[in-house]
Amino acid sequence: MTQQPVIIAQDISKRFNDFQALDRVSLTVDPGERVVICGPSGSGKSTLIRCFNGLETHDDGKLTVDGREMSEGSPHIRQLRQDVGMVFQQFNLFPHLTVLENLMIGPRKVRGLSRHKAEELARTYLDRVHIPEQADKKPEQLSGGQQQRVAIARALCMEPRVMLFDEPTSALDPEMIGEVLDVMVDLAQSGMTMVVVTHEMGFARKVADRMVFMEAGRIVEIAPPEKFFSNPETRRAQRFLNQILGH
Amino acid sequence: MPSFLRKLRWPDILILAVLAGGIGYVVVMVEGTLNYQWRWHLIPDYILRWREDRGEWFANLLLQGLFTTIRISLYAGVLALALGVVLGIARCATNLTVRLLARTYMELLRNIPPVVIIFIFFFFLSQQLIDALDLNAWARDIARGDNAEVWEFFFGDMRRFPSLVSGVIVLALFESAFVGEIVRAGLQSVPNGQREAARAIGMGPIQEMRYVVLPQAMRKVTPPMANQFISLIKDSSIISLISVQDLTYKTVELVASTRLIFEAWITTAALYFVLCFGLSMLFRRLERPSRRS
Repeated sequence: MTQQPVIIAQDISKRFNDFQALDRVSLTVDPGERVVICGPSGSGKSTLIRCFNGLETHDDGKLTVDGREMSEGSPHIRQLRQDVGMVFQQFNLFPHLTVLENLMIGPRKVRGLSRHKAEELARTYLDRVHIPEQADKKPEQLSGGQQQRVAIARALCMEPRVMLFDEPTSALDPEMIGEVLDVMVDLAQSGMTMVVVTHEMGFARKVADRMVFMEAGRIVEIAPPEKFFSNPETRRAQRFLNQILGH
Repeated sequence: MPSFLRKLRWPDILILAVLAGGIGYVVVMVEGTLNYQWRWHLIPDYILRWREDRGEWFANLLLQGLFTTIRISLYAGVLALALGVVLGIARCATNLTVRLLARTYMELLRNIPPVVIIFIFFFFLSQQLIDALDLNAWARDIARGDNAEVWEFFFGDMRRFPSLVSGVIVLALFESAFVGEIVRAGLQSVPNGQREAARAIGMGPIQEMRYVVLPQAMRKVTPPMANQFISLIKDSSIISLISVQDLTYKTVELVASTRLIFEAWITTAALYFVLCFGLSMLFRRLERPSRRS
């Protein structure tokens, strides 16, 4: 299968004032591939995936997502965002809308689907994240885990070609992490292309095709999970793994 | 003994006694030195009057004025809200020129006394507008037309329509600066994650504002907005200076023709108070169910 990669990052850099958030990062993500990015906080992993859907713009280098080159004020950035789903650490559900409306607003207002079509779509994906019964509630009435599952469904409703997850379980109570990860594992098994920033190493081991380890704005190591977890190449990755798996 | 009386301690009683003494002193002074003849019994007629010849009640000066005040406040409120939302959005715009223009407008209005602003707007803007649109002739035609009654329900005496319009415009322009400031605060209170989430599903700036940011902002600013509306009603008394026949204007008229200085002004004060306090209680009640913790 020689399809064009979904994401091609070539030497992209990003500065926030004095802070070098990304330092010549190169990464390619193929269709159907699951890439898990990990690394200490401040290593640039969130910035990297936020660049992938244009929430941040890189200063240097070349970034192509879904065949389109991203640059400052790129005209097709809205088109592109429709095809790139994003799940945030803080869920960011729209609190003034019900769960169902949260899912329908993108398809209706952005994709221009009819109310009926959009609702059908929304219910399908609500089923997929296992909370069809919460459709008419407001986000604030749901638990964190349920909210994050709604957020995943909201992104899926746009029927994206790739899903980006920015620490999707970091803001959750421990007992709710499992239900969110289950949904993500399902999604991975359905063949979705996924880029996931997470510290959930169990999840990474289960679904990742490749592990990316970042530190200080650079990619330090890219390896298949079996190798990454048992025998990381770099000392820094080793130290990081020891810290988070060590106890 | 009612429970609130039992809660009173001696310092409270002292304070109340001093206050009662003060009020009593003023009353005595008014009675004694001003030699004022109270004629309260005349006031009800100037609110509602029974017309023998037609056999019906009709609203006299004060009530007419109150109706005008309510109409003007309502229309000016709606217009100020629309303008204020635009101003508030402009105030947060990414474009520097837009932002500076909105800021300039709002700062100018908020730092010049309302009376001065209202004269300036009246002479420079609404007069020109009314002449340009030829509103005078148009309103006169309506007043003579068949549907005059319907129009009068909404706008009062149609011959005074141009003055109502300038009152509404002037008041709305003035209040829009404050509404704009409230809207700006509301917009800025919406967390950035909301905007990002909107953008992440492919919304453009206008959709993001319309479907995500603005609805949340407006919900948050409902209480200050309600207060602003009450302020607007009170501020509306200023437009009596440009001959809009609102409650204050009618009171001036009444006092000039009857010399019922104290009675008329106290009655007017009471009417404003009932209107504003009533609304404030109503808003408070409406707010309560939505306040979830």
